Amino acid sequence: MDKIIKIKKGLNINLVGEAEHVVEHHEPQYCAIKPTDFIGIYPKLHVEEGDKVKAGSILFHDKYREDLFFTAPTSGTIKAIIRGEKRQLKEIVIETDGRDDKIDFGKGDPLRMSREEITSKLVQSGIWAMIRQRPYSIIANPLEKPKCIVISTFDTAPLAPDNTLIIKNKQNIFQKGIDVLTRLTDGKVHLNVRHGDNSDIFTNIKGVNINYFTGPHPAGNVSTQINRLDPINKGEIIWYCYPQDILTIGELFETGYYNGERVFALTGSEVLHPHYYQSIIGTCISDLVNNNTGDKENRYISGNVLTGKKIDRDGFISFYDNAVTVIPEGRHHELFGWLAPNINKFSFSHTFLSYLFPKRKYVLDTNMHGGVRPYIMTGEFEKIFPFDIFPLQLIKACIIKDIDLMENLGIYEVDEEDFALCEVIDPSKTPIQKIIREGIDLIHKEMN
Amino acid sequence: MGLRAFLDKIKPAFEKGGKFEKLHSTFDAFETFLYVPDTVTENGSHIRDAVDMKRNMIFVMIALMPCFFFGIFNVGYQHFLSSGENVTFWHTVGYGLMKVIPMYLVSYIVGLAIEFIFAEVRHEQVNEGYFVTGFLIPLIMPPDIPLWMLAIAVAFAVIIGKEVFGGTGMNIVNPALLARAFLFFSYPSKMSGDDIWIADKPDAYSGATPLGELLNGSNVMESLNISDMFFGFMPGSVGETSKLAILTGGMFLILTQVISLRILLSVFAGAIIMSLTFNLIGSTPAMEVTFWQHFLIGGFLFGAFFMATDPVTAAQTNTGKIIYGFLVGAIAIMIRVINQAYPEGMMLSILLMNFFAPFIDYVVVNNNIRKRKRRLAKTERRSS
Repeated sequence: MDKIIKIKKGLNINLVGEAEHVVEHHEPQYCAIKPTDFIGIYPKLHVEEGDKVKAGSILFHDKYREDLFFTAPTSGTIKAIIRGEKRQLKEIVIETDGRDDKIDFGKGDPLRMSREEITSKLVQSGIWAMIRQRPYSIIANPLEKPKCIVISTFDTAPLAPDNTLIIKNKQNIFQKGIDVLTRLTDGKVHLNVRHGDNSDIFTNIKGVNINYFTGPHPAGNVSTQINRLDPINKGEIIWYCYPQDILTIGELFETGYYNGERVFALTGSEVLHPHYYQSIIGTCISDLVNNNTGDKENRYISGNVLTGKKIDRDGFISFYDNAVTVIPEGRHHELFGWLAPNINKFSFSHTFLSYLFPKRKYVLDTNMHGGVRPYIMTGEFEKIFPFDIFPLQLIKACIIKDIDLMENLGIYEVDEEDFALCEVIDPSKTPIQKIIREGIDLIHKEMN
Repeated sequence: MGLRAFLDKIKPAFEKGGKFEKLHSTFDAFETFLYVPDTVTENGSHIRDAVDMKRNMIFVMIALMPCFFFGIFNVGYQHFLSSGENVTFWHTVGYGLMKVIPMYLVSYIVGLAIEFIFAEVRHEQVNEGYFVTGFLIPLIMPPDIPLWMLAIAVAFAVIIGKEVFGGTGMNIVNPALLARAFLFFSYPSKMSGDDIWIADKPDAYSGATPLGELLNGSNVMESLNISDMFFGFMPGSVGETSKLAILTGGMFLILTQVISLRILLSVFAGAIIMSLTFNLIGSTPAMEVTFWQHFLIGGFLFGAFFMATDPVTAAQTNTGKIIYGFLVGAIAIMIRVINQAYPEGMMLSILLMNFFAPFIDYVVVNNNIRKRKRRLAKTERRSS
């Protein structure tokens, strides 16, 4: 029997609105690539409004890493280039033409190609952006060699999509993608599987090191897994990517084309029929949520409720996300809400009677449930933070921008998503993920 | 017009540019006291736990209620016991209320006024922290304390103990204990001895507290009734005489996990080990007091549940909490037994450890840092 790595600390938040295992085909009218999805990128545009693009056409590249291309996931016309404050490039919107014209990057057998040939194919097609690195969670540098590559095949966040459903029937493509990754590192490729998943889908994959994980969220986060398998030291680099990205990589080598298809889970308590959609990267959600959500004031999230981004009802799914979550907005006052025993409220603390019903599923809204305060309670984060790191001390180090201290306390081993649960249960209501991200950005700037 | 509609109507006057702009923090404090605000998440996680600081604080106050109510009763009870009058229950409670309520008025008016002024000046929201501190202070004061002294102590504790460090969450020592310590050292003749523990005591009546008697070298445990000590029918500070009331409130805090069980248990462990050690030596009557007797006399239990567990001034790391708690318990007993000039060992011990808590955390965190550095050195060796 393989060794099972047990994550003890953590928290599963059970929400109403899990996606049914039905995949509906969806023809998007619009999709968009958002440069803000890519951390630390300064985009230089290659297209103008009205230009025709094919799947794989370059939309923009990074000003500081000129070999980093970002390409269109499908064919169509550039409908709009949307800028925000200080002319920051926010969205490049493509109106699809349904013809699915593709640039041919050429087939190839990764096991017979050199590393340079492989990376150049990935870079040219823009698929390289799917391979990211820790620390910093930025897009990997093709010239560097990571000490290992980590793939988490399962997501433990609330209402997260089930990858076994998505990868099922596409095992050979997945294997091809894995073959590509094995050529990129001299170290191991770790394929991390949830123990108990019905998953020969993943365990039959060859050329990888399969690890079994079990436990509550964040057991599915790559940082948690890296921390148990091969912790990052200062100066080391680990690459990671997600199962659907591996399908895209596999398809590139199988067919020679950039296939921008993605399966998304539409979930959340406000979705009438939560299920899966087969669509393309960066699709516009308005088709998906129209007629499928109530008419209350809702929060539309690209991604999950812990780490996702707030988008408009006619907004676009972010590049790395494979779920859309819809929950109610929480703009309501509550008389003496801090006093009532209330068994209907979700709380990790034991100050609500609801803790007596741990299996209960909740409809949660976006209310903050209180004002921002200094850190007073201690020891709470430690209960759900499965790292050998002092969470509160690291957060404080980020606030005071003490780089040495951040480094000493293990900033290289974490990402802001690892602090999402801390942020949820924080009685002081501080923006912890933002604090950590700013800390990581600062240290990235200092080190490069 | 409903309350909510009324608040929404007057709210603009307190916003920036409004007529009462300067009172924004004050309005905010009252509004959020009545209603949990309607703010929604802007960045990071989209959902948040229903718990907030207000709720944590209010749970500590709920836990103090048994001590509060018993304290009111006992103040009256001790007074009429000493004067020899035989009165009804309601008479007793009425007398207690007359003594205790003014103390609360002074504590809250002085303390909150300072808090509100600091919040307005800093343009911050008013912190709930003082609700707990202000509730604790009268409970650890002798019932016969002059109100002006109480007012000075509160002002000192809030300003020097808390606000100069940046307010709630930033303080180094527990402000409630600081108030008590301030009086203990500033007005020693008032705060010690056997004069003040019973309200309006006739001179003829001996009202020394058990710890006071311990000081005089007599064997307390023979002269005292254990059930009285457990239920709290004896002279002492307003809220800390009844061990039953403290345990009731303490159980509530343990069940709701508002206080750290780590700290609590290690305080008891430290005290037990220290008193067993003294029992072994046993050369003075004070050394012969057993650990359970220590728990019954003085403010040990109250300090363990409500003071040592204050998350701001205790150690913050899990390992640190165990060390901190253990030392609080051990040093409290040591002071009680060896330095008999200071009967209130628990207060001094907690204050002392408050100062050491950051150092304990520093050592614990540094251990983690060293571990990380060792791991780095190991991989560097391997690769070279």
